Amino acid sequence: MAETEWEPKIVAFCCNWCSYGGADTAGMGRFQQPASTRVIRVMCSGRIDPLHVFNAFLEGADAVLVTGCHLGDCHYVNGNEKTEVRYQFLEEMLQELGLESDRLHLNWISASEGERFANFIRDVTAKVKELGPSPLKPAGVS
Amino acid sequence: MTEQEAVTETIKAEEPRIGAFICECGVNIGGAVDCQAVADYVATLPNVTTAVVNKYTCSDAGQAEIKNAIKELGLNRVLVASCTPKTHEPIFRACVEEAGLNPYLFEFVNIREHCSWIHMWEKEDATHKAKEMVRMGVARAAKLEPLQSSEVPVTNKALVIGAGVTGMQAALDIGDMGFQVYLVEQGPSIGGKMAQLDKTFPTNDCSICILGPKMVEVARNKNIEIMSYSEVEEVDGYVGNFKVKVKHKPRYLNIDDCSGCGLCTEKCPVEVPYTEFNEGIGTRKAIYVPFPQAVPLRALVDKSVCIDCGACSKACERGAIDMEQQETFSELDVGVIVVAAGYQVYDPEPQHEYGFGLYDNVITTMEFERLINASGPTMGKVVRPSDVQPPKSIGFVQCVGSRDKNSNIYCSSFCCMASLKNAQLIKEKYPDTEVYIMYMDMRTPFRMYEEFYNRARDSGIKFIRGKPAEVTETEDHNIIARVEDTLTGEIVNLELDLLVLSVGAVSTESTEKIRQILKVSRAADGFMMEAHPKLKPVDTTLDGIFIGGMTQGPKDIPYSISQGSACAARATRFLAQGKALTEGITVKVDEDICVSCGMCVPMCPFQALSMEEGKLNIISALCKGCGTCAVACPTGALQQSHFKNDQLLAQVKNVFAYGEV
Repeated sequence: MAETEWEPKIVAFCCNWCSYGGADTAGMGRFQQPASTRVIRVMCSGRIDPLHVFNAFLEGADAVLVTGCHLGDCHYVNGNEKTEVRYQFLEEMLQELGLESDRLHLNWISASEGERFANFIRDVTAKVKELGPSPLKPAGVS
Repeated sequence: MTEQEAVTETIKAEEPRIGAFICECGVNIGGAVDCQAVADYVATLPNVTTAVVNKYTCSDAGQAEIKNAIKELGLNRVLVASCTPKTHEPIFRACVEEAGLNPYLFEFVNIREHCSWIHMWEKEDATHKAKEMVRMGVARAAKLEPLQSSEVPVTNKALVIGAGVTGMQAALDIGDMGFQVYLVEQGPSIGGKMAQLDKTFPTNDCSICILGPKMVEVARNKNIEIMSYSEVEEVDGYVGNFKVKVKHKPRYLNIDDCSGCGLCTEKCPVEVPYTEFNEGIGTRKAIYVPFPQAVPLRALVDKSVCIDCGACSKACERGAIDMEQQETFSELDVGVIVVAAGYQVYDPEPQHEYGFGLYDNVITTMEFERLINASGPTMGKVVRPSDVQPPKSIGFVQCVGSRDKNSNIYCSSFCCMASLKNAQLIKEKYPDTEVYIMYMDMRTPFRMYEEFYNRARDSGIKFIRGKPAEVTETEDHNIIARVEDTLTGEIVNLELDLLVLSVGAVSTESTEKIRQILKVSRAADGFMMEAHPKLKPVDTTLDGIFIGGMTQGPKDIPYSISQGSACAARATRFLAQGKALTEGITVKVDEDICVSCGMCVPMCPFQALSMEEGKLNIISALCKGCGTCAVACPTGALQQSHFKNDQLLAQVKNVFAYGEV
């Protein structure tokens, strides 16, 4: 792997009902994507703790994706509205830390939106490739 | 310490012994991922007792291998790296449970949808990614704890939303199996769109003649309670225990006293130039019975045009009229829900497609159905709207609002056959009429459909392979359709007396509202999404909620009825068993760490959390396991089981590696 082009490492938190399904649908539709992303499944995007996101950056993530159901479609009534509030907090914190805004993304993706999921991964990967490795990435981590 | 807690403690105390089973899924995974290399790598990871490759882990042989390994190697965690948990997690959970392991000690890694299928030509990258994904899974598996699902009693009643042919079939089947059904219909009569059709393909049966008796059967069925002119407002609860609030819209008459005799309609002085049942064509009164075969055969008042003259009240011998009637609500307890809320036909008016809305003599298929129907506004005499004269030439345009990048890309599937049927009906009734069908492809699968198409060709209907590029109107309101026959390359200007747009199906606002109330997923085409496109065509991802008919996507009548029956069968499983299992994933509080701050309480949308006497109280039966509250907990006392912080953080940590993988 060492000789090939640098591939960023992106952690994507996906909710069980929508965005994880969207990632599944992307697979079923064979929408090819860069192999940059590692999906972590939670039941609701409302379970995504800023702690998890910071941890991902500290462990070496070049970008973190927070994803869930479209607003109004949350399987748990309004978990994603809470996600949105927490995301705003995260955004501000990362700004304070000096991280580029393209390293953190919030996206609502339904279980049927496979192509949208794939495009999202492609776009973020391309942007992060331009930025280079995260300044928070510990030395020696791949 | 409860027995459950004791088991949990024992499992926690044991060193994790993880068995990893890497599935090749034939070439689905094996084609892109070097599964043996993944297994070899995984075998080197901490806590992994065994790592093997299976051709198909979900097969009998694969499952037997898992069970054997649990027994022989003393595994206390099992990890399968294969496809999506959405379809296969229940299978493997059951498998490990059969071998005596708690089902929640199973971890699933999706290296098919999330790896091999999206990196099909990048074998090295795919293999590397698969190794890392399994590494994340192994780390999480080591932290898994046993959980118990609880058995809940099931209310042995069903709710069917929508009383079109699909909903009627579902209600009949559930009713016939001996369970009570509430059949909620937003319109004043059951029957749905099928009641409006003239004939049905490929047999050309009269639609209402075959539907009418079924509508009566529904009304007669002792187990079915029809709630017409009613809407589902709220749904709460979970499989087996749904609480449903239904709004009954006022008809402004007492439905039990009305006999549907029509005396009120005769006396009503208000003539409205619009009929719902006849697609807007013709007139009705302010008080009216929706259509002659309506079930229930009861009148209703259109308050928006009523002048409160009192003529209907005087005419009604049974004193049924009640102009002060208010909307009322019912609270229903049901165990299962079938959604058959239906569709609407595509509306070409906003875009004025093919001159619709600009030229009088351009109409839709549904309008044509009412025009040619013997009980329609013209008593079955086909006339063109501009001068009420019988058309001498009629053109049908296919794929209006279907297979079109500007509207809907999907095929609505029934419209080819509908136009073939309508064209034949014209030829039967008025043999001298010139009939053209302008199409891209004629799609006629299923029994007797292709034969039906051949019959249409033999009857003298002219087929032009091409859709009109331009539609204009002459001074005498004839329609000129300029169309290229792509089979001959010839461009023709057809002068037609009537142009019928074969409109496709789209979801409706009311169906969308129900979808949002129930939180069923929405497919890209706007219809509701099934749990699996092949294996679970009428299930949703929500236990106890099923979808059928047009709600799930465009389809014809036999397919809709099949789905109605399928929904009934799937739903009745719960009713017949009388019990259902709820998910073991809930939140739990560590009382030693909880500081009783109450931050979590307002996070719960299900009121499962409350502060009582300075202590956090969790009602597990109300908890749906989303974990939103756990994020709010400042001390980490509140944890979502199966998605605890240490479990998720173990995954996060193992995304990354030091050195080579």
